[in-house]
Order: sequence, then structure tokens, then C-alpha cells
Amino acid sequence: MAPWTNTDTRIPQGRLALVSYVSVGLVILLLLGFWKLQVVQSGHFADLAERNRIRYIPIIAPRGPMLDRYGRVLVDSYPSFSILLLRDQPKLIVKSLPQIEEGLGISKQDLQEQLEAAKDEPKFQPVVIKPVASDADIAFVESHRADLPVLELMMVQRRHYPYGEMLANTIGYVGEVSPKELAKSDGRYRPGDIVGKAGLEREYNSILEGTDGMRRVVVNSVGKPVRSLDDIPAIPGKPIQLTIDYDLQAIADRDFAGKEGALVAMDARTGEILAMVSRPTFDPNDFAVRIPAKEWLQLNTDPETPLLNRAIQAQLAPGSVFKIVMATAMLESKAISPTYKVFCPGYATFYGRVFHCDHPHGEVDLHKAIVASCDVYFYNVGKLLGIDRISYYANALGLGHLTGIDLPGEEPGLIPSEAWVERVYHHKWYPGSTISVSIGQGAVMVTPIQLARMVAGVASGGTLVEPHLLKDDANVRATTFPISAKTVDTITQGMWGVVNEPDGTTSGLVKLKNIDFCGKTGTAQTMSYQLQNRLGKHVKENAWFVGYAPRENPEIVVAALVQGGGWGSVSAAPIVRDVVKAYYDKKYPNLNVTTAQNAKPAGSGRPLVASAGARP
Amino acid sequence: MKEHVHDFDWVLLAIVGAICAIGLAEIYSSTHASAMAGMQYRQLIWIGVGLVGMFLISRIDYHTLLDQAPALYVFGILSLVAVLAVGHTRYGAKRWVSLGGGFNLQVSELMKLIIIIVLARYFSEVRTDRLTLADLAKVILLTLVPMGLILKQPDLGTALVLVPVLVIGAILAGIEWKHVAVGVVLLGLLIPVGWRLRTHLKPYQQQRIQTFLHPEEDQRGAGYQILQSQIAVGSGGFWGKGFGKGSQNQLGFVPVRYSDFILAALAEEQGFIGVCVVLLLYLGLILRLVDNAQKAKDKAGMYVVMGVTAILGFHVLVNASMVIGYMPVTGIPLPLMSYGGSSTAFVFLALGLVMNVRMGRFVN
Repeated sequence: MAPWTNTDTRIPQGRLALVSYVSVGLVILLLLGFWKLQVVQSGHFADLAERNRIRYIPIIAPRGPMLDRYGRVLVDSYPSFSILLLRDQPKLIVKSLPQIEEGLGISKQDLQEQLEAAKDEPKFQPVVIKPVASDADIAFVESHRADLPVLELMMVQRRHYPYGEMLANTIGYVGEVSPKELAKSDGRYRPGDIVGKAGLEREYNSILEGTDGMRRVVVNSVGKPVRSLDDIPAIPGKPIQLTIDYDLQAIADRDFAGKEGALVAMDARTGEILAMVSRPTFDPNDFAVRIPAKEWLQLNTDPETPLLNRAIQAQLAPGSVFKIVMATAMLESKAISPTYKVFCPGYATFYGRVFHCDHPHGEVDLHKAIVASCDVYFYNVGKLLGIDRISYYANALGLGHLTGIDLPGEEPGLIPSEAWVERVYHHKWYPGSTISVSIGQGAVMVTPIQLARMVAGVASGGTLVEPHLLKDDANVRATTFPISAKTVDTITQGMWGVVNEPDGTTSGLVKLKNIDFCGKTGTAQTMSYQLQNRLGKHVKENAWFVGYAPRENPEIVVAALVQGGGWGSVSAAPIVRDVVKAYYDKKYPNLNVTTAQNAKPAGSGRPLVASAGARP
Repeated sequence: MKEHVHDFDWVLLAIVGAICAIGLAEIYSSTHASAMAGMQYRQLIWIGVGLVGMFLISRIDYHTLLDQAPALYVFGILSLVAVLAVGHTRYGAKRWVSLGGGFNLQVSELMKLIIIIVLARYFSEVRTDRLTLADLAKVILLTLVPMGLILKQPDLGTALVLVPVLVIGAILAGIEWKHVAVGVVLLGLLIPVGWRLRTHLKPYQQQRIQTFLHPEEDQRGAGYQILQSQIAVGSGGFWGKGFGKGSQNQLGFVPVRYSDFILAALAEEQGFIGVCVVLLLYLGLILRLVDNAQKAKDKAGMYVVMGVTAILGFHVLVNASMVIGYMPVTGIPLPLMSYGGSSTAFVFLALGLVMNVRMGRFVN
């Protein structure tokens, strides 16, 4: 035995006992620690454990469809799958990229960019790498569940516009809820929710959108679902029925191919919109998916403004269509005799300036002035009435105001008056400006829908219907501005003449057999001749035609605007005729409403000299 | 031989058996539904190996081991140096040497045994009831050398495990209060210096300290482990969620739930009641060990037993504190319950030393 071992057997019992006591004390402290977590705070931690364990996956409610007036589907939703890339295993992602590139046809660079963009998001939030998966894509993900666990499918509801561009500006489009809408929604929306962004999708969003359901899934620590618990089903959005008649809409769309402008077809008795066109347009299906920023910028900055609904948002000079307002003002104000006549030598001089007419009309009364669209006649009428009387009647007939159509973003247009000039330009009204206003030029600005409503209003004795797109009797509303029967008769005779008399501005081009088709042409300058001469180019005029039928108590009114279309009689009137014909073909299948061509065009409705001082 | 079996501490072994059984059950519960299913059998093999080791060590007179203390110490130091030179790296630290046949030994576990023997030897050479400053300096130095080498691996947890052997030994040897006071003051001065030097810590160590001080700031990283462990423990409540029914455990939210955090898994499934049973078993183990120390034939035996007690007690204290978020994550397993070959083998070998001391009192 080594010398150090032997003997010392005096065990320090007291110190060992101390160690025992300390041990007991420490275990008691530990148990107190566990007591605090497991008994005092156990509710709190049980809560956290549940939140860990259960993930709420929304079940997206499908948006309600939109139907036309006969129940035909114009807009629909369908379930589809998005492909997600789970980001919680970065190493696995890097390994999987080549296979994903090959299987889904998404370039590696594109995937890496998407991952880079999402790098500040929480790790458990996946990236949507393919918003709309094809059948082949879904099969790829399903068959590679084992070796590509980073891919996941998510069911979404996608908006479908079966007719693409048809009615696009009216229907609008959907998109992800904006941060502003999100903040305003009081928690109703979550980021990434789809809401109506424009048009009817926005106007009737609260009807169309359903209530999302919820799927409760047990997930493991890497977020993979293990099993699901009870579901709260989604409540689908309600359908809306529109006043649109698909048949008329299709005709109008066909006629607008390659053109720029707008059309409104309305039931003159109820204000139901039967067709609505705005060109150029877009395909709302592009928005149903996440629209790439680049394309969005392009649509939004396109000088042709494809997102604008020109039927309610284009504010333009009405040209000669405004003469209907002038005639109403003349007869109803009784400031001028109904038999008032003017000799038209092809021009007239007012306040030292020459104002032109299309051609010398000779002696002109009101009927002839409407039928042949004589400017000189209305220059004189305007001078006699004065701007404020013109303004009063224009306003009374709904110009310069919103029509109240159930679409967001309608523009009011503008009817100038002395007060307006003083307020905006701080000078007195120049009487010469009244001359231009008399033929719907100068500062006058209207929208296509206002013109349709105005013409229908005058023809039906002053009943101004409120245009609407939602088919619902409660939506039939009208305001009245009584116009005497005699005035209505005189003016509607004139508009009948425009279409049906030999010297009408439509040259008999748009006559309809068996139907009292009436209307008024307009050919509005968009740039003064002076400016055009200076720029050395010819800018084609905006062509207008507002037509309706029958002459008394009209049923249908159609306003068409073809921008840069030149003569209203040539480019706009045939479109209106086609729509009206389609309406009657449908209403009376046996009536044989054929178009009756006149032998020889009478050549009128030519561009008008308009804005003050346009030509020397 | 009959006498030998009789002299075994069967009470101690019964406690150890109970702890091992609970550990095996919880390892099974934690892993049976995962790719690691069947882990409890591997652990069972380690326990068997440990029992054999314990039996063998109990047959060698601890005086013989204490005789060889200087040689064992040199061997241990050289092994640690060897690990740093040729050991292989796992989880970012050089801790393992290959023993062939796929077995890897964590040399620092071996060093724990050696330090118990070495310190027992040097403390028992102190003849008085008072520990002189020179003796104290000597044992501190003896401890610091292997500590430094283990720190270099780096393995802060195991390095710290050596400290309680020193502390318990010093207390039993009659450390003077003035030395304790000086030590405390010195440590107090070292803390600000250490804080200045914290940038020299490994990034993962800095992270752990940061996480311990502010767990809520890093919920997906290291703080995530502590938080998930606390959630598991707290959500277990008083009665627990039932065997195999802890969502934190079964769905993998509890980190290394079969090893370092096995107590969290148990706390979730067996509740406060289960934790009481386990901690009281450990207390029973400690008290039984102290009892063995009290009945040791000589001071050397007492120091050996108390060295083992210090290490086991420190493991339990630090591990349980970590699970409830009272201490940072240091990678110290719960003895006999956590899955792991080297640590299980160490405990049994250490218990072998205790048996040895116990039987020594009947020999002679």
C-alpha cells in the first residue's frame, strides 16, 4: 500500500450532511420551477402548444358568378391549384432546384429571385412559384412527394372570364387586396385575399365575395401537415344577374373590332344597360392570376388607356348630338319661335369671326336643321338663347352630372356657364364661346352614357332613367324634367329624319325596315384646325351616333363613339343600327328587320368647324 | 463471490434501474413514430455495457486506481490533446475518437472519471482538517488543465462539469472561508473581464448566452429550443398529456427530445407528477450516494464517492434548469435517462467506483 492511503478514516460527517441538505434544497427549488410552469402558467403554455400544433389553412370561398339578363354565365370561378415552395429547409431547396426547373419549367434563376425576394418573410411562409398549375404540373408534384418534399399544392379559387375582353372594362377585374384596403377592413381581409379592384367586380364585391372557411390541420415542427381536424366550410359568394344581353353585346363587340371608342346600349324605359363597350381593352383573365409588375405597368401607362371604361369615363365634345339639347332649349324656353328660320350660306359671322357650316343649306327651319345638322342655324339659336339658358337645359337633361350608374369611377363631364368661367378662369364669359357651345364644341364635355340617356330622355318626354347594370327592379329609377309633347314631337321627327329622310346626315345608310329608327350624328373635332395646320397633320374627328327606336316612347337607345372615326354617320351609325337591329330581330323574330340601303349617300355630317377661332 | 454480490448496493441499483426504465420508456415515446424508431434498444445495449463495466470496475480496489492517479492523469491529458489533433468533428466540435467498429468515444467523459480519481487522491493526501492555500492552488491547477483542453474542443458544458468535483472536494477537505471569500471576489472581478472577452467565445456560445438572456428575441433560432421546451413542460400541466400523447414531443417541437431535452418530453406527457417522481428518484440517488460516502472506510473512498455525486448532481441540476429555461443550453444530458452511449457508460463506470468503495469497507 502506498503511504498516502492508510489510516485517515475521519470522515467529515457534518460536511457530508450539509451536502445532503443542499441537495434536498436544490431539488425543492427545481420542483418549484416546474410547479411554476406546469401548474401556475400551464394554461398559457397549453395555449402556445395548441398554436404550435394547429395551423389554420383558409378554404377560399369561390366568388359569385355574373350572369347576363337571361342567366348566361359571363364570369365564373373555378378551383385551381397553386404550387408552393416551402422554405424551411434551405439546403433541400438548393438540391431540388434543378429537378423543379426541369419538372415545372421554371428557370433556376427565376426561382432563386423569388426566394431572394421572400428572404425577409418568416421561414414557414412558402413562396408561390406557380399560381396556376397545369394538370401536368399537379401530376409532377404528386408523383414527387417523396423526393421533392419542398413542393406543396394549394387549392385556390380562380376568376374566369370566358369571353376574355368582352365587357372587360365594365366587369372590371380582381386582384390582391391592397395594404390600404387591408388596413380599412378591420381584419376582414388577410394579406393575399382576392377582392374586386375595378368595375362590377368592385361595385358588387360585397355580394360576390363569399366567406372563407377554415381547415384545421395538425402540423409537425417543420410545418408539414400530419392530420386534419374539423373544417369550417366556406360560404360561396352570391351570383349577380346583370342587365347585359349577351347577344347584343356580342354584336357591339364584333362591330368595334379594331376601333377605339365606346358604346352604351340601354333600355330607354328602365335604364337597364343591354351592352357596353370600351376600346381598347384588356383581358381580365390576366388579372385573375398575379399579374407581373411589368405587364401591369404597361397596361397602366399605355397612352391608349385600356383600363379606362370610356362608356362612362371618356369626357369628350359631343359635337352635333348636342343640337338635341339646343332644340329642346329653344322650344321649351319659348325664347325663340318654333318657326324660326335662318338662311345658311355655308358660314356665318359672329363677333367679327367667321364660323363655318358643312355646306350651304339655304333656308333652314328647325326640322331641317336637325335632319341636315346645319351649324349656322344653331349658331344663331345659341346666340339668341345665351350660354346660361343652354347650360340650364343641358344640365336638366343630365349632362355635366353623374348618371348614377352602378359602376365606380364615372366621370361627370362638363357644361360651361358664365359662373363656371368666372370661377375657374376668373374672367367674364366671351359671347363668342357660346357659338361653339351651340354645336357641342368648345368647353362642352360629355360621356357616351350621358348622351344615350339625354336622347332617350328627350324622346320620352323628359323622363331621365338611371342607368344600371344589376338586374333588379328596385334599381329602376328615373327623374323627370317635363318636356311638352309638341317639343318632343318636333325633335323626334327631326331625329327620324336624320335616319330616314333623303337629306338626313346618315344619307339613308342605316335605315331599318319596319322599325322607326331615329338618331343624331355628331362629328367632333378633337384638335383645332389651327393647331392641326401648325403640326402639319390631320387628326381624325371623333364620330358619334346616338340612335333609338321607336320614335315615340323609345325602348332602346344606343350611343356609339368611335374615336378618330371621322364622320359619325359613316363609322358610328352602322354600329348603332346593328345593335338596334339585333334587339328587334330578337324581339320580333318574324318582323324581318332588314337594313335598307339608300342608293346614294347625301354626304353630310362632315367635320364641323368648331372651337372658337378654329379657321380664320 | 457470494459475499461480493451481497455487498452490492442494491438500493442504489434499484433507483438506477427505475431511472433507466423511465428513460427507456420516454425514449420510446419520443421516437417510435419517427425515423429514429427503435432507439430504446440501442440505449438498452449501452445500459448493458455499462452494467458490465460497473461490475468490472467494482472488482478493482479503488486504492489501486488511486495509486495510478498520476499515470491516469497524464493519460487523460494526452488523450484530450490527441482528440484535438486527430479526433473527428461532429456538430462543429472535436469531441470524439474512433474506437473502431463504428464506436466513437467522447474522451471528455473519460476525463470526468479520471478527475474524480485524481482529485480524490490529492484531497486525501491533505492530512489536516484545513485546506491550505498551496493545496488549494494545486488542485485548482490540476482541474484547470483538462478543463482548458475540453474548452478548446469546444465543449463548455463538459468543461464546467469538472468544477463541482473540485468544489465538493474543497468543501469536504475544509476550505477556509477567507479563501472562499477571495475566490468569490476574484470571480466577481473576472465577470466584467469575461464580458469584455466574450467576443473570443465561439459564435454559437455567444449565441447561447444571448439567447439565455433574451430568449424572446430569437424564436426561430436558439431561443426557439428553450421556448419550445418550456411550452412542452408548461403544457403538460399537473397530470400530463399521457404517454405518447405530448404534441410538443410527438410533433418534434421539443429539440433533441430523446436526449438533452428528454425531461421536457417527460414533463409534457407525465406532468408535474412525473417530474416529481423523476426528481425524487434523482434526489434518492444523490442521498444514497452521500450515505455511501458517509460509510466509506477512508477519506479517499469518500472523495471518490462524492466526486461521482458532484458530477451526477451537477448534471441533474443543470439539465433540469435548462429544460425550464433557468439556464442556457449547454448540452449537458440527464444522466441515465438521456439517450447517449458515452454518457451512460460514464455513469455506470462512476457507479462502479462507488460500489468499489462500498465493498472496500468490508474487505480488510
